[in-house]
Amino acid sequence: MSAPSTAPSENAALANIQSMVRACIQCGTCTGSCPNADQMDLSPRHMWRRVILGQLERIMASQTFILCSDCYTCTLRCPRGLPLTEAMERLKGIAFARQEAAHRQPRLFYLQFLETVRRHGRIHEMDFMRRYFSALKSPTVPLSFAPLGLKLMGKGKVELGFGKTADTPLTPLFDRVAQMDRATMQNTTREEHSA
Amino acid sequence: MNYLYYPGCSLTGSAREYDLAIRSVMAAAGATLTEIEDWTCCGASAAAPVSHLLALSLGARNLALAEKMTAEGEILVPCSACYLNLKRAHTALNQHAEDRTRINAALSAVDLSASGRGRVRHLLDVLATDLGSDDLAGHMPRSLAGLVVAPYYGCQCLRPFVEFDDPERPVSMTALIQATGADVFAWEMGARCCGASLVSTRPSVGLKRVTAILRAARGADLIVTVCPMCQMNLDAWQARASRAAGEDLSISVLYLPQLLGLAMGLSKEALGLNLNLAVMEPFLEKIAM
Repeated sequence: MSAPSTAPSENAALANIQSMVRACIQCGTCTGSCPNADQMDLSPRHMWRRVILGQLERIMASQTFILCSDCYTCTLRCPRGLPLTEAMERLKGIAFARQEAAHRQPRLFYLQFLETVRRHGRIHEMDFMRRYFSALKSPTVPLSFAPLGLKLMGKGKVELGFGKTADTPLTPLFDRVAQMDRATMQNTTREEHSA
Repeated sequence: MNYLYYPGCSLTGSAREYDLAIRSVMAAAGATLTEIEDWTCCGASAAAPVSHLLALSLGARNLALAEKMTAEGEILVPCSACYLNLKRAHTALNQHAEDRTRINAALSAVDLSASGRGRVRHLLDVLATDLGSDDLAGHMPRSLAGLVVAPYYGCQCLRPFVEFDDPERPVSMTALIQATGADVFAWEMGARCCGASLVSTRPSVGLKRVTAILRAARGADLIVTVCPMCQMNLDAWQARASRAAGEDLSISVLYLPQLLGLAMGLSKEALGLNLNLAVMEPFLEKIAM
């Protein structure tokens, strides 16, 4: 069912997503409702089939879940009432955990966002973008954002440095969550081994 | 009416005018906002893919702070993404005992606990339901007759939590816009996705959504929004969408409370109108500002 390289935690994560979409009747309402479907290599309907079949490598090679913009139209319209947007979100999670090269840019975007939240409690947009660009190590991406950055700066809509609002570092909360997530994963792995 | 106010990060930066307009309009309408002390990020769309528990805990941290201030308060949220995240945390606390236990185990690391009492309300819900167009009209000395306004709702104030409006054919802005004397532009794009963070991470895909919305708004004097992400995509990326599409898609884009504030006779400064990135001359001439 899964490729040899699949880690136990991935199996558990995939099994979780499978349970979310198991009742899919392949009607395609999700595909018809998706604003980004025409840009996807696998339609959402097709993606659910792959998930049910457990074809993780095929799924991870796809851009489909990265192109989900969380509009929740499929979730709203699904005649089976399945949490499809959340299933896409969890596929992103597997891809990020695997550090898939194909999804490096959105992964770094999300991770640098969270890193800013961990350190400061709130998002300071300029600080976040600076972190994102430096993690990305791309000379062209920052340039495409430069006009926007200048526009915002011109309007005085960016915080240049901290100190205007008090920081609330959330490291203890992030650490506790990471610890709890690790414990859950170990339990799941142990159950898999004993099963 | 008293609300615990959760501005969210965008309203301290790129969406400062939204924050200014909300505070001005709510004060003029006689509602009291008390900012939640020490609030932090809701997790946006970044936390959930990384850790479901982290996303719920980031949302619940703010609910815990709100509960400390007022046991069963009304939490006012102007950003649709923040609204979704706080609603998700609120739902988990109220409906899933296991989640509630885990969230509180996480929150104990920062000496907080959340029960999920209180209510999470989107700004649009509060404007349309609590304040209401009739009462707000009583605070509007100025008519904006002659303006045609395209109401843009976006996604996450309507879906997946269906609380105050039709999630596909929303109408809650109609009466609010009409209260100002302006006309409502009839279009089908009000509840369609703006592209969200794809506009930043995958511009080739995201800008298509922006283009479709701006193109459909042709004929209106302006678009009004109720979310900083939607606003940013429709105003800050407008020039780029025009270039990519090879056509002029320029149109004024305001936050809904900015429009309401104009009819209430509030000043440009009080509404942060000078901070907007897409306010066109024809619109300013029409409202004579």
